[in-house]
Amino acid sequence: MSDAVLQVEGLHKAFGGVRAVADVSFAITAGEMLALIGPNGAGKSTCFNMLNGQLTPDAGIVRLAGRDIVGLRPRAVWRLGVGRTFQITATFVSLSVRENVQMALYSHAGRLRSLLQRFGAAFRPEADALLAQVGMLDQAERPCGVLAYGDLKRVELAMALANAPRLLLMDEPTAGMAPKERVALMELTAGLARARNIAVLFTEHDMDVVFSQADRIIVLDRGQLIAGGTPAEVRANANVRAVYLGSAH
Amino acid sequence: MLTRNHLLAGTAALVALSLFGTAGAQTPIKIGELNSYKVFPAFLEPYKKGIELAVEEVNAAGGALGRKIEVVSRDDNGNPGDAVRVAEELLSREGASFLIGTFPSNVGLAVADFAKQRKVLFIAAEPLTDKIVWDSGNAYTFRLRTSTYMQTAMLIPDAAKLNKKRWAIVYPNYEYGQSATAAFKKLLKEKQPDVEFVVEQAPPLGKIDAGAVAQALADAKPDAIFSSLFGADLAKFVREGQTRGLFKGVEVFNLLAGEPEYLDPLKEEAPEGWYVTGYPWSEIKTPEHTKFLNAYQAKFKDYPRLGSVVGYATVMSAVEAIKKAGSLDQDKLIAAASGLKLMTPFGMVEYRPIDHQSTMGAYVGRIGVKDGKGYMKDWRFVDGKDALPSDAEVLKMRPKN
Amino acid sequence: MSFASIIIQLLNGLAAASSLFLVSAGLSLIFGVTRIVNFAHGSLYMLGLYGAYSLIEALGRTPLGFWSAVVVAALAVGLAGVLIEMLVLRRIYRAPELFQLLATFAVVLVIKDIALFVWGAEDLVGPRAPGLSMAVEILGKRIPAYDLLLIAIGPVVLGVLWLLLTRTRWGALVRAATQDREMVGALGVDQAKLFTSVFFVGSVLAGLGGALQIPREPANLDLDLSVIADAFVITVVGGLGSIGGAFLAAIIIGVAKAFCIGIGTVTWFGLEISFSKLTLVVEFLIMALVLVARPYGLLGKPQAVQRVAADPVPPLTAPSWSMALVWVMLLVGVPLVADRYVTILLTDIVCFALFAVSLHFIMGPAGMVSFGHAAYFGLGAYAAGLLFKRAGLPMEAALLVAPLCAGAFAVVYGWFCVRLSGVYLAMLTLAFAQISWSIVFQWDSVTGGSNGVFGIWPSAWLADKTTYYYLALACCGTGIAFLWRVLFSPFGFALRAGRDSPLRAEAIGIDLRGFQWAAFVLVGTLAGLAGSVYAFSKGSISPSTISIGQSTDGLIMVLLGGVETLTGPVVGAAIYTWLRDVVARHTEFWRAVMGGVILLIVLLFPQGLVGGLKALVFRWQERQA
Repeated sequence: MSDAVLQVEGLHKAFGGVRAVADVSFAITAGEMLALIGPNGAGKSTCFNMLNGQLTPDAGIVRLAGRDIVGLRPRAVWRLGVGRTFQITATFVSLSVRENVQMALYSHAGRLRSLLQRFGAAFRPEADALLAQVGMLDQAERPCGVLAYGDLKRVELAMALANAPRLLLMDEPTAGMAPKERVALMELTAGLARARNIAVLFTEHDMDVVFSQADRIIVLDRGQLIAGGTPAEVRANANVRAVYLGSAH
Repeated sequence: MLTRNHLLAGTAALVALSLFGTAGAQTPIKIGELNSYKVFPAFLEPYKKGIELAVEEVNAAGGALGRKIEVVSRDDNGNPGDAVRVAEELLSREGASFLIGTFPSNVGLAVADFAKQRKVLFIAAEPLTDKIVWDSGNAYTFRLRTSTYMQTAMLIPDAAKLNKKRWAIVYPNYEYGQSATAAFKKLLKEKQPDVEFVVEQAPPLGKIDAGAVAQALADAKPDAIFSSLFGADLAKFVREGQTRGLFKGVEVFNLLAGEPEYLDPLKEEAPEGWYVTGYPWSEIKTPEHTKFLNAYQAKFKDYPRLGSVVGYATVMSAVEAIKKAGSLDQDKLIAAASGLKLMTPFGMVEYRPIDHQSTMGAYVGRIGVKDGKGYMKDWRFVDGKDALPSDAEVLKMRPKN
Repeated sequence: MSFASIIIQLLNGLAAASSLFLVSAGLSLIFGVTRIVNFAHGSLYMLGLYGAYSLIEALGRTPLGFWSAVVVAALAVGLAGVLIEMLVLRRIYRAPELFQLLATFAVVLVIKDIALFVWGAEDLVGPRAPGLSMAVEILGKRIPAYDLLLIAIGPVVLGVLWLLLTRTRWGALVRAATQDREMVGALGVDQAKLFTSVFFVGSVLAGLGGALQIPREPANLDLDLSVIADAFVITVVGGLGSIGGAFLAAIIIGVAKAFCIGIGTVTWFGLEISFSKLTLVVEFLIMALVLVARPYGLLGKPQAVQRVAADPVPPLTAPSWSMALVWVMLLVGVPLVADRYVTILLTDIVCFALFAVSLHFIMGPAGMVSFGHAAYFGLGAYAAGLLFKRAGLPMEAALLVAPLCAGAFAVVYGWFCVRLSGVYLAMLTLAFAQISWSIVFQWDSVTGGSNGVFGIWPSAWLADKTTYYYLALACCGTGIAFLWRVLFSPFGFALRAGRDSPLRAEAIGIDLRGFQWAAFVLVGTLAGLAGSVYAFSKGSISPSTISIGQSTDGLIMVLLGGVETLTGPVVGAAIYTWLRDVVARHTEFWRAVMGGVILLIVLLFPQGLVGGLKALVFRWQERQA
């Protein structure tokens, strides 16, 4: 257990009496791709938002490399090495692709408080290296506001990698992308994760992506974990077939 | 086709025109006039007509110093910052010899201070604030209008005669209302030491909650009320007070409420019996007023308001100062204006050397209603010089030099 | 206060609340659906009063004449609203956020002069309501019967609106659009028709609110601006788009005012407190308290993230050194060729330019719209005046220390403001500005009260207007250059990033609130510098430097020039100041002309002047290529 990057125990959250997440526990190790799946409204996003500090759980423990991070704000969680991408892409649309990544690098280095330096002079090679990794270097000068959706997802990935994270949280990373792009993006992610020994937790609707890319899968239904294991195990699980795959396929 | 260059050239020409103005022949004597025309139009439209009439009369009689006069007017937006700018424009761009005008106290005081800095004559037309000639008075500033203090003082004899114990006070919450209230309390207390001021309401100018204010006054069970409301505030107060029976058995004194600007809109609801200062234009039979009235009505097919008299008398004061000085030199103008005597529709006035306040008087009377309209009855004219504090007191208030 | 007085003042408050509720409900409805900050709403209210007055005169002072006049006036005002929507606003829905505010401001100017032209300058006191002119005795005190009717009308209108919103298809659309404007577009609803109908209903409510006031309030030309501020406060306190909230807020504010008046002057611990004077600012105090406690008003909900229909904000381009140098040389050269007045006008312009640039910094790149930016300008001016006059500092020292005082206020105000967003934030800045204004306005012994402070002239070596112009140019020019520089620094980029996506900024470790707070202090200080320079150029300052009017001027300058460009605010400040000077000088109905010119600019250049010119140049270059 000590090699778990993220360890979640007994996570609870209710909204106005409605239980959204109940007694969820799981762990993820370095270099592992863990998929969190479940039907709409199963509590995936709520779960996700409790992991990086956007929501505070009602009960439960979230340990990052052994340290309890419940109650920390997202920016503090980020400082501990957690990168994040969003279901609906969140980038800085008035800035260029490179500036977006540089922003994350400046922030990581704590150099955003300067009033008189020119932004963009520093971290250029680092930004370009990250962009090259996600295949966006050729578009580095373009403003994010004009990018195609799939490209935005790549920019987000590059930004998430900028603080050399040990954990990546990716909420619906391929939503809104063409099927071919989806697999490509997740293959890219998986490659980077393994190369840099990053743990990746992602939610995903596309079962092809899930079953081809995840090392392990956990299944959430009505706020509770109902199954977990390798893709093959999950595929074979009767519960999952009943509540999820049955309706999805 | 209109190219961008054409457009730019045109714009540049326009800018140049407006920036550098048009240098014209310098024949007429220019008097710079600024006022808050769009902020207080009810008072200042008649005022402007008064100015026009005066200019016409002066020029028909040959002008001053052998030149025609011209009054160049500007809107100061009711804002001291803008006022100082247009004042500067009048002097440096238009070549105005000196300044007249202004309405609200803060604008008047700002322009007065500007006049002192610029060392030019300024005849404040309408600002009622006592400070402009006393606490903040300066050598360059003169003021025509019967001030807050003077108008309040004119009401005091009647107020004291009634010997009412419990007074309620309501005033618009800014300089004019505040100083009217202060003067009233001080002067009445002197005459009637046992007087009690049982309630004071200071609604924001133009935003009185008349029902609540009338109720609050009534709750204090006053014997008499002193008000310095005017305009829409006054109309609302009168109506609410009447409906709620506030004025039953209560004597009311209201500064300015007899001025046609504020009395006429009330029509048949004009509050009978109120003691007011104002302007009973149709009943003043002095030759100087009759002459003014006839000329005004002939020219504008309308009756004069108090603003008309103020505008008219301001220009006349300016012209007489020029004539007396015999020159447009500021020192000579100042010297001439100090102690200047002239005839106005309200009779002779003098700009007192001691504080540069004119002795223009005001009419004090009570409101009556006739043919569905309010008017002033039992009125009398009070000469301004009889409503001013002693010279010693004035000297104490007014800064030296 | 006796029990009877309390009851009567309560009724007074409720009667006052009724009209305010109608106006605010209309404003809230319009804002909820169209996201337009409709400055002209108060003008519609004013037209309601004038219209009702004229119609009653025409139809006769009978119950039938009176009530048909009220209804017809309200409907006519509704049509006026439709006209405004169709002729002006419809053309600029895709313009940058808040640009419509500029258009509605122009409409205010035009309507005011139209009213002056049609109805004249004198207040028009309307008749009492026929059949309801008497008073009713309650607990031995008299209250107008008409007030009781008004008290009843409020809930009736609330009920009708509620039915309309919950029981009709139109209402469903309005509610949907209030929550998520794009969703309605996606549902295939004719957005233009929906907007027009909402404008009609909102305007009818404003007109009705005005027309119903005719027995209580004379029709006059100051009503538009005096009511619009109240209506905004109520809308925001209640929660944007919430009709029930507007009702609640109107009652709270109406009753609070009545009680302030009822309580009158109280002595506590030997300290005399005039609650009556508090009416000057009580609604803003309530708003500040409500917003600090409830960032979305009493009954408002956090707004769905607006994926604005407009295109994303274009990237800023830094000005080139050579261009800047040319401009500086031109500005330095002007006094050598132009007359004295040009120098004075330019001094005003450079002060306003810094004021506008500082406002642009916070509302453009930092994404926090301020409706109360005059607070810092005015407090800077006052600090300069008071340090010089009362503390006896040398003029030069006062000039430079004053901005720090303004900055100190920004530290306090900003701390609260950065906790909010959108219009709520804007209105909280306004609340702070108004609170500052009212303190300055009341504190006679220190600030000179409504008169202001006089005799704050520069030292002898700066007394010459040209010299002072150079000083102003140096101070404000440095300020502007500094702010522009900061916009391209890591700090400035972090602010822009935070505006684009607060979520992402937080997710990459940026303490956005901290940055925004610092930005507040920065622009507050520089607006204070503008005010300080302005004060010494005028020799006097008055509360109007902190007023809503001054804040609005700043917004107009920024929007006129183009909020999405760097140089726009400077151009806007120059054009606006210059236009006002020229137009006011040459025409009697200068407000209408000014409004017309602004409308023309709005319709021709929906990105503001600089934004529009840039687009033109760009298109022209493309055609050449």
